[in-house]
Amino acid sequence: MSDIKITIKDREGVIHYLDAPTDMSMNIMELCKAYELPVEGTCGGMAMCASCQCYILSDNIELPEMGYDEEVMLDQAFFVEDNSRLGCQISLTKELDGLEIELAPVSDD
Amino acid sequence: MIKTDILIIGAGPVGMFAVFEAGLMKLKCHIIDALPMPGGQCAEIYPKKPIFDIPAYPEILAGDLIDNLSRQIAPFEPKYTLGERAQDIEKLNDGTFKVTTNKGTEHFASVVFIAGGLGSFEPRKPPIPNIANYEGKGVEYMVKDPEKFRNKKIIISGGGDSALDWTIYLSNIASEVSLVHRRNEFRGALDSVEKVSELSKAGIINLITEAEITEISGSKNLESVTIKDRKTKESKEKQCDYFIPLFGLSPKLGPIGNWGLEIEKNAIVVNNALDYQTNIPGIFAIGDINTYPGKLKLILCGFHEATIAVQYAYKIINPDKKYMMKYTTVNGVTGFNGEKKEAKKEVVKSI
Repeated sequence: MSDIKITIKDREGVIHYLDAPTDMSMNIMELCKAYELPVEGTCGGMAMCASCQCYILSDNIELPEMGYDEEVMLDQAFFVEDNSRLGCQISLTKELDGLEIELAPVSDD
Repeated sequence: MIKTDILIIGAGPVGMFAVFEAGLMKLKCHIIDALPMPGGQCAEIYPKKPIFDIPAYPEILAGDLIDNLSRQIAPFEPKYTLGERAQDIEKLNDGTFKVTTNKGTEHFASVVFIAGGLGSFEPRKPPIPNIANYEGKGVEYMVKDPEKFRNKKIIISGGGDSALDWTIYLSNIASEVSLVHRRNEFRGALDSVEKVSELSKAGIINLITEAEITEISGSKNLESVTIKDRKTKESKEKQCDYFIPLFGLSPKLGPIGNWGLEIEKNAIVVNNALDYQTNIPGIFAIGDINTYPGKLKLILCGFHEATIAVQYAYKIINPDKKYMMKYTTVNGVTGFNGEKKEAKKEVVKSI
């Protein structure tokens, strides 16, 4: 087993402590979907819909750098803050053990 | 009047492939798509991205997949209604369907295939209170007729190519153009970014960065917007005639959601044990837009669904005929113009 712990605060403020596998090439968006948290992942992980936007609450964990696609998408998304990231662009690796995030609001237009 | 055997809603890869399978059975197809060209997401969102799980293609660009499909289905002469969104459906007394688009184009068909993928792509609307009240009254999500903005005060928000391009274009037409963007950097073609920067330095446009539109107001039509500075948190009101938010497109199930189909998690429930038909007989749903136990949103699964659905569509369209599936290797492919593609025949000839 190579699980790590990820803490996710959902949009109702409920905290979920999740066991996340690091050996299945999953990302945060897929982790949320696997646990049936309300994340659509509409574009399937191509950094093209921002439905998996989350705020990174931990400041002691180094995340993979933002790629161009992710930056472009966050430019067009709403509710973006300085600590916004797209869950689909963050792969689950052992370096992320203990990461705390919060799901960003979704617009309901 | 547009009349066809199978009306396909959605010109993505799965809808296009359905034309091929239908053509083998001599069924005619017409496709409606909200985008101005066929290809769906593959053409609009990721034409330059490779796909690795199309059988027998170790790697193919999404755009090339669409080009190949266009060639593959060309013998079956699909007709298109592009740039229009399927809006209403009506089941007629004889069991056939009438589908009307948002522009009023009417289509008559024996069977309807919904191959709508994620839905139709519509402008992403910023979460500003009351924005819906001003749509068409000063809030425009796309620029259709630039002349409308002549000598008007306009505010554009967004940081991508379309925000930059329209800012440049409208700076020659409108009396005042302001571009509001959340960051102080823009991601677009280098030329456009430089041009916007020049226009701003020359005082021809107002460039307002690290700011967001948070409110809009007006007694009937839009009169002003509130711009909030993200650093100082200060807000100020700015008079304008038009506000044009340009934040790209996002897929919406849209009017199909009101057609009386059984919907589960934004997808249409179908019978995957048999024919991919929905709860309304004669309406099938194939590809990413459908759902059933074990559903995978893969192009290759959509191809399979399209193939099966066409067999059952045939039975609805030709209730009295028996049809046996034929192999293209054996029978070749005969286009609607009579042209036939087939394997070379072996010849027996004495020498």
